[in-house]
Amino acid sequence: MRSFVFPEFQIIRDEEKCGQCRACERHCSFGVHTYDPVADRLVSDERKCAGCQRCAVFCPKGAIIVRPSPSYYRPNASWSREKIEDLKRQAETGGVLLTGCGSDKPFRIYWDHIVLNASQVTNPSIDPLREPMELRTFLGRKPDLMEIAAEDGDIEIKTELSPNLVVETPILFSAMSYGAISYNAFRSLATAACRSKTYFNTGEGGLPREMRDEFGRCAIVQVASGRFGIDAEYLNCAQAVEIKVGQGAKPGIGGHLPGEKVSASVAETRMIPPGTDAISPAPHHDIYSIEDLAMLISALKEATNYEKPISVKIAAVHNFAAIATGIVHAGADIIAIDGLRGGTGAAPKAIRDNVGIPTELAISSLDRRLRDEGIRNRCSIITAGGIRCSADVVKAIALGADAVYIGSAALIAMGCTLCQKCYTGKCNWGICTQDPRLSGRLNVDIASARLTNLISAWSHEIREMLGGMGINALESLRGNRDHLRGIGLYEWELDVLGIKGAGE
Amino acid sequence: MGFEIIMPRIRRELYNKEICACSIFGAMNQGGERVSASGVMKAIANMRVRGNGLGGGFAAYGIYPDYKDYYAFHLMFTGKSPQAKQEAKLELEDFLSSRFDVVNDEEIPHDDEVKLRDPPLVWRYFVLPKEGWDDSGIVPSEGDYIADQIMAVNAGIDNAYVFSSGKNMGCFKGVGYPEEVGEYFMLDRMYRAHTWTAHGRFPTNTRAWWGGAHPFSLLDTTVVHNGEVSSYGTNRWYLEMYGYACTLQTDTEVIAYAADLLMRRQKLPLEVVAKILAPPIWNSIDRLPEKERKLLTTLRMVYGPLLMNGPFAVIIGTTGRMIGLTDRIRLRPITAATRGETFYISSEEASIRLISPELDRVWTPNGGEPVVAELKSTKKVLI
Repeated sequence: MRSFVFPEFQIIRDEEKCGQCRACERHCSFGVHTYDPVADRLVSDERKCAGCQRCAVFCPKGAIIVRPSPSYYRPNASWSREKIEDLKRQAETGGVLLTGCGSDKPFRIYWDHIVLNASQVTNPSIDPLREPMELRTFLGRKPDLMEIAAEDGDIEIKTELSPNLVVETPILFSAMSYGAISYNAFRSLATAACRSKTYFNTGEGGLPREMRDEFGRCAIVQVASGRFGIDAEYLNCAQAVEIKVGQGAKPGIGGHLPGEKVSASVAETRMIPPGTDAISPAPHHDIYSIEDLAMLISALKEATNYEKPISVKIAAVHNFAAIATGIVHAGADIIAIDGLRGGTGAAPKAIRDNVGIPTELAISSLDRRLRDEGIRNRCSIITAGGIRCSADVVKAIALGADAVYIGSAALIAMGCTLCQKCYTGKCNWGICTQDPRLSGRLNVDIASARLTNLISAWSHEIREMLGGMGINALESLRGNRDHLRGIGLYEWELDVLGIKGAGE
Repeated sequence: MGFEIIMPRIRRELYNKEICACSIFGAMNQGGERVSASGVMKAIANMRVRGNGLGGGFAAYGIYPDYKDYYAFHLMFTGKSPQAKQEAKLELEDFLSSRFDVVNDEEIPHDDEVKLRDPPLVWRYFVLPKEGWDDSGIVPSEGDYIADQIMAVNAGIDNAYVFSSGKNMGCFKGVGYPEEVGEYFMLDRMYRAHTWTAHGRFPTNTRAWWGGAHPFSLLDTTVVHNGEVSSYGTNRWYLEMYGYACTLQTDTEVIAYAADLLMRRQKLPLEVVAKILAPPIWNSIDRLPEKERKLLTTLRMVYGPLLMNGPFAVIIGTTGRMIGLTDRIRLRPITAATRGETFYISSEEASIRLISPELDRVWTPNGGEPVVAELKSTKKVLI
């Protein structure tokens, strides 16, 4: 059937500059560029182009420009080009539209409507280049109060403490499984996490055996509905265990890993036959209610000898604050909430773009809910889904988060351009693919250095912003909405965020 | 016909935090000798330039020996008209009589010759909780019960504020220079105390709000404070979780409540409390021997939300104790001194020298390290 869909991208090649070196041809896994030996020139099939910019970046002559093609349709506010073409694709295939990465729809980005405070006169701002500026954060359950026995100046803690994760900066790498991303990308995240004294999350695809000794100390391992790759050693080699209930990009459904990406090594790590689809069930089939979750949390605590905090990750949906409160009562030490703009390796487009709520609103209402219940200290909140820069981290923490997970931001640091073709397994940047020819393009040393640099850069910026507010320890910013003001928001939005309008 | 669906709207946290800089002064006679306020009034007046006449106050310990077993509630009834003040007073007394036995009450004597701006009606009640206050079995202690009632008044009754509530002690405060407030309440003539703390205020706004002057107190814990707490929002939500209603729109209040939570309710030793409010930096903690490192790490982990960030110097008073503390990087001044049995803490040494030119010892405490004066003898106090 002939496709009626127009190419999404236009490829403009400067024939004057092009040296016919065929680098673009080699770099493109989608087969866009081919060499025509008769005409001695390169030709492009724009229909195949994902817009990932690999050829444009790696063209030694800078001869290629890839840009979104203009719409050819009569302008129509209701029937946008995207709507028309998605519909055509479905008419041609009869299937669910798949996509990758976080939602690109213009839902309000609250980060961009919140401004931060700074000290003037009555309170000195603190210079992070000359004074200590502390970002160390503890993630996990804290007791309601501490009992202390003091004898002759000798002070002893009587209260039994729950295990906590310690991070030197409040930024963790979000769950991205081996299988969804390449071994090199996975290993780069692990390396950077250890080097930056933070944690990476294995996602639901297990942790390759040979990585456990070296990277277990900075790993959070996930237990998802598919139960891929889980054994006692997997749980115990890590520093925390996360039960994945939901994901911001696709609340209500499970993970998708097409068989094409299940290589021998992925299969071994996941404990499934090579080449089979790894489709996680939508719910955990042993969790149909909150008490079932409590039992799974207990089971995992038992399996890890009560030495590791248990996190529960849920997607931010309408009633999630009440649900999350239940999760704290069920014994979770950390709650990870993933918002509407959270990324994915593969999700039905209809779900990615229509289900869930923005993470900014979610953090604030969860923080307030837990405070109202008087149990905010019993769990830590890690927020995910749409963190793009250090200022977003600062705002998230002032809205009540303890730390943030970054996924897309980490991938972008490694080279990702958010082309949204992760589900094809043909990632030209070697990130979201299991093709050894492609994944070999990602050098672990370079990628992990880029990630370490990112964490370091953001941490420096967070210190600068904290110092400006006259705060020298991150814990004094947590839930401190006093330092936030909203701009261009409706009253109800300010209410949900719990912040004043600018100038109020 | 039909239903009305009401969406509950969560209120935004629309509090206004007042910002101010200040002078603080404290003097304790560790032998328990009770003295008049004239010295402390002279000392705080000497730091006039640190205030701007928009707030001053005093806390005095040992002033009500005749009623030493009763909680002395100092109430402030504000309002535009005398009627509004009376209405607030009636409402308060209704509330009080349902929960407490009031053994005595009177208007707090004051000198009308001293002209202060918008003085409220200021009244004191000596009370004990009515028998059966603990019948429900859910309130852990009498102190918690009293604190809950104070929160209920301050958050629930318009124009009525309990600003002092301990036994055998009292706070006096208002809008004016501290020495004027002292004269208004005739502190130098009416009362003798073994411990006095004082405060002169420099708020950046001009609203004459008597409740906003220092000291802030809950039960017998009083706080005079110089500084701005940049962690206010964080401290506030943590304290609210433990039932402290922050109604007085100032950051000093959170220090008073934090001190109450940690010292009275959680019974933590003072050294520990100081390390919670002004903890050492991680670089120092990480270098300590294991036992201390573990203690300090745990304290920061558990009580991070009570770290008082930003510049501050405070004098915390409790019965038999006076504590001076500055923030962890010492952004506000504090000086301590002793002479004989008297222990002084002040923003400036000059004020101490003014009333006691000869001193046995004068020093500047380090950031985060508390200086503590303790009553050595309680005999004289109990007379």
